[in-house]
Amino acid sequence: MIELKDVTFIHQNGVKALDGVSLRIESGETVGIVGENGAGKTTLVKHVTGLLKPSSGTVLVDGQDTRGTSTAALSRKVGVAFQNPDHQLFSESVEEEMAFALRNFGFSPELVENRVAWGLKMFGLEEYRKSSPLVLSGGEKKRLTLACILAWDPEVVILDEPTVGQDSIQKEKLAGTIRMLRSAGKTVVVVSHDIEFLWPVQPRVVVMKAGRIVGDGPASTLMLNGSLLDSARVAQPQLVSFYQALRKRPNQPFVDPLEARRWLEGESARQ
Amino acid sequence: MAEILEINDLSFRYPDSPRHAVASFDLAIPGGEIVVLAGPSGCGKSTLLRAVNGLIPHMYSGDYHGDVKVDGVSVKDATMRELAQKVGFLFQNPENQIFMFTVERDIAFGLENLGIARAEMRERVDEAMRLLGIGDLALRAPHELSDGQKQRVALAGVLAMRPRLVILDEPTSLLDPKTAAELVGLVAKLREGLGTTFLVVEHRLDLLVQVADRIVVMNEGRKVLEGPPRDVLFGDEAEAYGVAVPAVTRVQKMLARDGVPLRRELMSPAELAAEVGGMS
Repeated sequence: MIELKDVTFIHQNGVKALDGVSLRIESGETVGIVGENGAGKTTLVKHVTGLLKPSSGTVLVDGQDTRGTSTAALSRKVGVAFQNPDHQLFSESVEEEMAFALRNFGFSPELVENRVAWGLKMFGLEEYRKSSPLVLSGGEKKRLTLACILAWDPEVVILDEPTVGQDSIQKEKLAGTIRMLRSAGKTVVVVSHDIEFLWPVQPRVVVMKAGRIVGDGPASTLMLNGSLLDSARVAQPQLVSFYQALRKRPNQPFVDPLEARRWLEGESARQ
Repeated sequence: MAEILEINDLSFRYPDSPRHAVASFDLAIPGGEIVVLAGPSGCGKSTLLRAVNGLIPHMYSGDYHGDVKVDGVSVKDATMRELAQKVGFLFQNPENQIFMFTVERDIAFGLENLGIARAEMRERVDEAMRLLGIGDLALRAPHELSDGQKQRVALAGVLAMRPRLVILDEPTSLLDPKTAAELVGLVAKLREGLGTTFLVVEHRLDLLVQVADRIVVMNEGRKVLEGPPRDVLFGDEAEAYGVAVPAVTRVQKMLARDGVPLRRELMSPAELAAEVGGMS
């Protein structure tokens, strides 16, 4: 679905933000991108949306080279919620904000109405329907940008730091949304520093450092590699540190606290 | 010892809002504490912070009752100029508060506004840079720095004002985990060295609970929980209010509830593993 072939991107000031990145993401995959500040994660995302074109190398989305595809055509396939929601909210009301892209994509008025209602309900924003997006809290704005994107049902959903400003209940819902998208066969890419959020989602994890990909694999194995994570300034999930510190342990790390409890209970029963 | 922050029965309602954003809120923080303010999004945390740094009632009008005192001075009677020297505010995104051409000019900006004499300004800027370990960045352009460095520059600008109270609004949410851990370590160091009081709004608690003295949880404008991190996180209510109880603490709570004898202290992953590993 997404393919970067030996992509290098050099900013106008000469800084190399991506340095020979090759990455293939299949349709239906859920991928977490982690790494230190300035590693190139957001630059990579902007290449997938076509906002940036590579200095060298090729980016293919659904088989099409982003160099020859308009950003508008790409956005129908790739929905992205950027880190700072203020960069993408501009309408006079929350419902208008949601309807805007849908109308642009030529959805019928009836469908626009249905999708807006669905999105507001799904993300707990119904009470703000008529309010200006500017009165929303930081966390609510993030949810609104996500609702806007999901409303037009793109094949690829990219979330850049989606948990900023979200309390644990909202994070739990967000993880649920990602699982729902995954079961609907969507391709989901999540850029996040929030390792504790990513871990229970169990994505494929891509680790970036200084414009390069330095690690790539399923969370359950990659997160065990403490020295790799350390070098990329990424922390291990608490449950992985706990698992690795146990003298006796199961074959796979615990995905959630309940799993840890069940295993420990079983162990004490065996003794 | 006098409280650095004293909030007495504070209620505030924005002009067009049907309900109070903050309602009958009391809080007393003695000097030198690190206090975490948590609670679901939209619970009134940002409004409370505005009432502490003076934006409410000086910039935002509304229905205001009760009183907020910072370092003995009532916020509603103080000038913004006075408050700027008592309360420092670090925004979530440092880009919102750094904009000068060099790091040292940026750190000096607040002092220049107050008309501080040049020699003293120099001394305070140097001290702030030394405290944050950014002396080598003095002549660099802020926009060329990494996010972690920008955060330090913004915090240096805050500390140069020598505030008694520093408010941090989700300071780690845009930082990678290691940089976030370094910032939390720095906060603890500044508290030790300068006796500065910190009020920190944060959803990610895994790092902060190691240095915080107290967690205050808000819901619908009211204070619903308050206590040492251990008590708040071990209690049953925190999760219902959207407080992110760290994963290992959740395991610890479940085991304790199942009757496994464990120390009633917040444990790191390694500490908990050592306890249950020696269970048999």
